[in-house]
Amino acid sequence: MRHKLKLVLVLVLCAWTTAAAQTDTVLIDPVSAAPVLPPPLPVTNLQAQDTDNDHGHAITLTWEKSADDGAGRNSVLAYEIFRWFPFQMDVVDALRKSVSETRDAVRAFRIDLPRAEHALRELREDPGKLRTLRFNVARPDDSTFQLTADYAIRALEDTIAFIREHGPILKNRIKPLQQDLEKALAELPQAYADYPRDGEWRSLGKALVGSTSYTNTGAKESTDKDFIPDYTDLYYRVEAITVDESIRSEAVTVGPVQSRGQWFHAGRVPVLGFVLMFFVFTLTFVQMAKKGANLYVRPLSGIEAVDDAIGRATEMGRPILYLLGLGDATQVSTIASFSVLGRVAKRVAEYQTSIIVPCYDPVVMAVAQEVVKSSYLDAGRSDDYKQESVFFVTNYQFAYVAAVNGIMLRERPATNIYMGKFMAESLLLAETGTLAGSIQIAGTDEIAQIPFFIVACDYTLIGEELYAASAYLGREPVLLGSLKAQDWAKVVIMAVALIGMLGTALGWPAFAQLLQVTG
Amino acid sequence: MSRLAVVVFVLICAAFALSWAVRAGVTGGDHALREAFLVTLSAFMTLAIMSFMYRDNPYYKFAEHLFVGISAAYWMCVGFWSTIVGNLVPRISENLSEFFKVPYSGGGLDFDLFFLPYRYFYMIPIVLGILLLMRLVPKAGWLSRWPLAFIVGTFAGLNLIRYLQSDFVNQISATFVPLFVEWHGFGDFIGQLSLAADGQFVAMMTNLIIFLGVLCGLIYFFFSKEHTGWFGGASRLGIWILMITFGASFGYTVMGRISLLVGRLTFLFRDWLGIMS
Repeated sequence: MRHKLKLVLVLVLCAWTTAAAQTDTVLIDPVSAAPVLPPPLPVTNLQAQDTDNDHGHAITLTWEKSADDGAGRNSVLAYEIFRWFPFQMDVVDALRKSVSETRDAVRAFRIDLPRAEHALRELREDPGKLRTLRFNVARPDDSTFQLTADYAIRALEDTIAFIREHGPILKNRIKPLQQDLEKALAELPQAYADYPRDGEWRSLGKALVGSTSYTNTGAKESTDKDFIPDYTDLYYRVEAITVDESIRSEAVTVGPVQSRGQWFHAGRVPVLGFVLMFFVFTLTFVQMAKKGANLYVRPLSGIEAVDDAIGRATEMGRPILYLLGLGDATQVSTIASFSVLGRVAKRVAEYQTSIIVPCYDPVVMAVAQEVVKSSYLDAGRSDDYKQESVFFVTNYQFAYVAAVNGIMLRERPATNIYMGKFMAESLLLAETGTLAGSIQIAGTDEIAQIPFFIVACDYTLIGEELYAASAYLGREPVLLGSLKAQDWAKVVIMAVALIGMLGTALGWPAFAQLLQVTG
Repeated sequence: MSRLAVVVFVLICAAFALSWAVRAGVTGGDHALREAFLVTLSAFMTLAIMSFMYRDNPYYKFAEHLFVGISAAYWMCVGFWSTIVGNLVPRISENLSEFFKVPYSGGGLDFDLFFLPYRYFYMIPIVLGILLLMRLVPKAGWLSRWPLAFIVGTFAGLNLIRYLQSDFVNQISATFVPLFVEWHGFGDFIGQLSLAADGQFVAMMTNLIIFLGVLCGLIYFFFSKEHTGWFGGASRLGIWILMITFGASFGYTVMGRISLLVGRLTFLFRDWLGIMS
């Protein structure tokens, strides 16, 4: 009976000890006797998918946090992300490195050979030039070594002989290496498909504690070391790690997943909506203008002054100076300025006065020459057109200003017209124009420069007035239609702003979210 | 050339030589002559450009033409060596890369597009560039319109999307601001009225100005209706808001320009004359 009781007690004790060991949060390291963290619980619901709205070569991982992240044992420090790499990637990397290093060596040889030969010639002619020798001669690793001209000549001869012998060999190696690299790259998709054979897991990086996603963005060029191939099976693994990185959760694996590019960027749907709206507005108003509908455009004093200014120039017998600014031919303000230039040049041709157009950009100059030429043709005075009246000055901002200022004081134009994109030179130009006694009309969409034009010019077109000017001057259906479309777009903006403001005030964010553009 | 002009010219040459000699003496060292020449030349060029404030004169013309000539040539060289040699050549030809001593980056490693190696597509800009140069041949000058049309058309289309996103949709979203910030009733508002920058009153006024400023600014730029009546009033408010903004911008920019002048004067008085520490 006593023995039975002892046995029961021992069994109860064993059961209690086992249960205590299972629920205890701290283990004891048998060697150092220090407390050891148990591994954290793994992440759950790990998913991998192609990253949306991109050109491919990227995978996004999402997961639910480990139960020990911010709760439970609270032992998670970060999540380490791994991707399975086939060993074929090492072959590709090694070949890529070889190609790059061989190219570098050939390039270095190509640069070094003439320099070494030059240095050798100099030294043979005058050993005293050792002091100013511009070639790093290979020397023994000895602090007491004194470089002499004879030693340098021998070293240079060796260097030249080495380059001449090995340079062509290295150069001939580049092409076969490249071919090997191409072949290795072609075998890459199959190597990925062989998972989990002939490969290993490699760390990509860590996501901080509390994270639930990670995007593995790779390079799109196969020659890049971070290249991620599209349409290839990829496998990922996530492990929760603790302060002691050797203590980590069980790995959770996901795959296969493939990256691919998207043709449609879903995050930019609001932009598409507004483009379509513009498109419909423009087509409608252009059609209306073509059918002869009277599309009213309010008078713009700056534009109405253009005709008067051209008349003044004619009466005074002085030229008109037209500046297109510093923008290139791709800037919206420069394109608008071309339209105004066309109209001004036509009037200039009709009045038989002259125009000077100094250009900052060669492409702008080419377009401006075409515009002025066709305006002279339209006015029936093609013989009066002088190609040299539209000329390139320089591509350097303040040199351009110096030249134009000189023209203003020497040619004394009756009217200066500044239309386009202007930067810091705006006041320098406008001030000189005032000193020269010219009538000045300016128009730009550069907010920072408008104040300078306002203080120094007689008329200033502010921002969008510059775009409206071309339509107002030309009265062409296409331009008038687009101007009307812009006006109606403004009505839509006002309505949307009003609704958005009310929605925000009333705590209804859905409307604001509708207009959110991502990426 | 008048006698006075000759005398002035001789005096300026003498001043230049004197300045060069003195600066060389002050500078010392292996390259004193060269450095003194460069500093003196910079100072005289600065003064020549500044002489424009008096009136147009031969010294200004000299500096202007030197500046324009050097900058035009410089940018041409930069354009050739960075764009054509630096970017184009390494992508199209190994032999040309070798000739210009630039690393060849092609070699069939680029991906294929429409079954053609990607590098062949660099032939398109080459052809367009050559067409642009056709302007120099009178009979084939019309060919240059094709690249021009390509440049203007392509970038107009690209800019449409870019501007629509950054200057349109994002700007509209920025006006979605609550006019009543942390509103807990009129009594609470009056009781806690403060002009502190982070206070409720300033926040509400800021949002009100943003909202009204956008609406009235848009009305000012509305061209399809005459600006009379209430519409004209809103338009006037819009232009007032614009003018206040321009005033602030003007002051800010002028301060920046003053710093440029200070920089130039510092060069003259410290680096050249050495009378400022």
